Amino acid sequence: MKILVCISNVPDTTTKIKFSEGDSSIDTTGVQWVINPWDELSLTRALELKDDPSSGIKSVTVAHVGPVSSEPTIRKALAIGADDAIRVNAGAADAYFVAAQLAELVKKEQFDIIMCGIESSDHNGSEVGAMIAEFLNIPSVSAVSGITPENGIPVITREIDGGREKVTVPAPFVIIVQKGIAKEPRIASMRGIMTARTKPIKVVEPVAGESLTQIISLEKPAPRSACKFIDADNPAQLIELLKNEAKVI
Amino acid sequence: MSVLVFTENWDGKFKKLTYELVSWASEVAKMINGTVTALSIGSVAEGELEKLGNYGAGKVLTVETPALNTLDSQAYAALLSEVVLKEKASVVILSNNNMGKAVAPRLSVRLKAGICSGVSKLPLSTDPFTVYKRAYSGNAFSRVVIKSDIKIVTLAQNSFGIIENPVNVTVEKANVAVDNSLVHTQVKDVEKQSGKILLTDADIVVSGGRGMKSPDNWTPLLELAEALGAATACSRPVSDEGWRPHEEHTGQTGKIISPNLYLAVGISGATQHLAGVSASKYIVAVNTDKDAPIFEAAQYGIVGDAMKILPQLAEAVKHIK
Ligand SMILES: Cc1cc2nc3c(=O)[nH]c(=O)nc-3n(C[C@H](O)[C@H](O)[C@H](O)COP(=O)(O)OP(=O)(O)OC[C@H]3O[C@@H](n4cnc5c(N)ncnc54)[C@H](O)[C@@H]3O)c2cc1C
Ligand SMILES: Nc1ncnc2c1ncn2[C@@H]1O[C@H](COP(=O)(O)O)[C@@H](O)[C@H]1O
Repeated sequence: MKILVCISNVPDTTTKIKFSEGDSSIDTTGVQWVINPWDELSLTRALELKDDPSSGIKSVTVAHVGPVSSEPTIRKALAIGADDAIRVNAGAADAYFVAAQLAELVKKEQFDIIMCGIESSDHNGSEVGAMIAEFLNIPSVSAVSGITPENGIPVITREIDGGREKVTVPAPFVIIVQKGIAKEPRIASMRGIMTARTKPIKVVEPVAGESLTQIISLEKPAPRSACKFIDADNPAQLIELLKNEAKVI
Repeated sequence: MSVLVFTENWDGKFKKLTYELVSWASEVAKMINGTVTALSIGSVAEGELEKLGNYGAGKVLTVETPALNTLDSQAYAALLSEVVLKEKASVVILSNNNMGKAVAPRLSVRLKAGICSGVSKLPLSTDPFTVYKRAYSGNAFSRVVIKSDIKIVTLAQNSFGIIENPVNVTVEKANVAVDNSLVHTQVKDVEKQSGKILLTDADIVVSGGRGMKSPDNWTPLLELAEALGAATACSRPVSDEGWRPHEEHTGQTGKIISPNLYLAVGISGATQHLAGVSASKYIVAVNTDKDAPIFEAAQYGIVGDAMKILPQLAEAVKHIK
C-alpha cells in the first residue's frame, strides 16, 4: 500500500502577519515557512506505519500544490523521511482547485491512503482533504486521531461528540488528521538531510481546474480592549462584571 | 430561494449552535428575499423541531434512517446535496465543527458550490456574495467572495449569536432517498459519554495551565466549572503531563474553540495556546504574573493565586445563580 501525505506550506505560527498588494495577500518578507503542523504530524504517522512491517505500507510520498518557492518545505519533508515528492506547479488558488489537483495525482499514481491535515494554519479552511475524497468518490474520515493496522487492515480512530470511535473504510480513502495522530513530529536527522538532496521532487503541470472562491482582502483583528483588572481580594467582583457587564454568565 | 440549515442535535436536543445557525440563516434570508429551511437528521425529543421556528425557520425537513446513524461523510453529503437541489437553496449553512468540516467540503465538490469555512458575521454583501472569516489562527481576518451560484458557509461557533425571530413552522419528512451503497464507514468500537458538556460546543470553558501546579489541585477548578455549567479545558503541557485528558487540550495543536467565556487559570498565554482560544468572545485570566501575555488577550483579569481565587469565584457564582 502507498500513502500520500498532502502538505501545505505556511508561515510559522509565531510570525507577525503583515499584508501587501492592497492587503490582498501577506507580505512574505522575513516570513519563516514551515510544513503545516498537522501535515508534519501526519507525515510522522505515515513513516511510523511504514516502519511497521505489519502495516503493509511500502512507500510514503508527499504532495504539494504550489510554486517552486515552496520547494524548501518539500525538501524538509523528504529530509524527515518521505520517499519521494510531487509538486503540482500552480498557485494554490483555492481549496477546490488544490483538491482537484491532488485528486488527479491520486488517480494517476494509485495511492491507497491519502492523509491531509485538519486545517492549514494560513487560511484555516479545513476543506482540502474531504474535497479530494469527493472528487474521487471515495470515503473520507474526519477528525482522525489515530490509524493502526489490525490484522492487516488500517483501523481509524476518530473523535466524535462525547468520545471517540474506531472505524474502518475500504481503501483507497482519505483521512483528515488532528491531535493524537502522532505524538511529536519526527525531526530530520543529519543523514535524512543529506539523502533528501538526492531524492526526487517530481514536478507536474496542473490539470485544468477552477477556483470557486477568492480572497479579496485581509485585515488585522481589531485590537482587544485593555484588560480590566479586578482586585485579588475581591474575586466576587469578577463574577458580578461577567454577569452584568459582559453578560456571559 | 432559500437558505438551508444543517442542524445538529446531542442527546435528542438541538445543540445551541443549531439555533445560532438558524438565526444567521434567517438574517441572510432577509438579505436575499428568501426563506429558511432546516434539515434535521436522526430523532430528536418531542417538541424540539418546532423550536426551530422561534429563530426563523419556516420549514423543517426531517430524515430518519438507520443508514445515517453512523457519520459517513460521503452519504451525508449525498443526502444533503439532494435536499439543496430539491429546496433550490442558494445558501447552505453548517457549523464549523467536526461535523461541518467532514460534510461541507464534500458537498462543495458535489454541487460545485464554493465554500467558505469559519465565517464569523453576516455576509458583507450578497452580490458578489462576500463573507468575513478568521485566518492565520486569529492573527488576521479575510474577506472572501464565493463565486458560484450556490454558496456554502460554515459558521464559527458563538461568533454570531442567537436571535429570536418567531415564524410559523411546518414540519415535513424530507422526500429524499438515502443511498445505502455510499455508507462505507463501519464502526468497530465506540467510547462515548452522553450527558456531558461538549468542549467544542460549550458556552463557558474553564481552563487550567501549568500554573495549577499539580494534577491534585484541580478540584476547585472543576467546582467552578460545575457552578458555571462550563466545560473544562487545559493547556498542552497539562495534557502532555497527563494531569488532564487529551480531549481537553486547546490550542494550535489541540481543539479550537470559541465559547462566550474562556476562563484561563494559570495559563501564560503562549501564541500557540491563543491560536485555539482567541476567537472566544471574552477571555478572562487568573495568573500570579501581572506581565503574563494572557492579560494582553484578556478583557478581565485577576493577578493572584489560582488556589485562593478559584474557590471564591465558585462561591460567588453560587450566590448569583
Ligand atoms: C509547535 C508548538 C505547538 C504548540 N501547541 C500548543 C497548543 O496547542 N496548546 C498549548 O496550550 N500550548 C501549545 N504549545 C506550547 C506553548 O508554547 C506553551 O508552552 C504552553 O501553552 C504553556 O502552557 P501553560 O500556559 O500551561 O504553562 P506556562 O507557560 O508554564 O505558564 C504557567 C502560568 O501559570 C502562572 N502561575 C504560576 N503559578 C500560579 C498560581 N499559583 N496561580 C495562577 N497562576 C500561576 C505563571 O505565571 C504562568 O503564566 C505549543 C508549542 C509548540 C512549539
Ligand atoms: N497547497 C496544498 N498542497 C498540498 N496539500 C494541501 C495544500 N493546501 C492544503 N493541503 C492539505 O489540506 C489540509 C487542509 O488544508 P485546508 O483545507 O487548506 O485548511 C492541509 O493540512 C494539507 O494536508
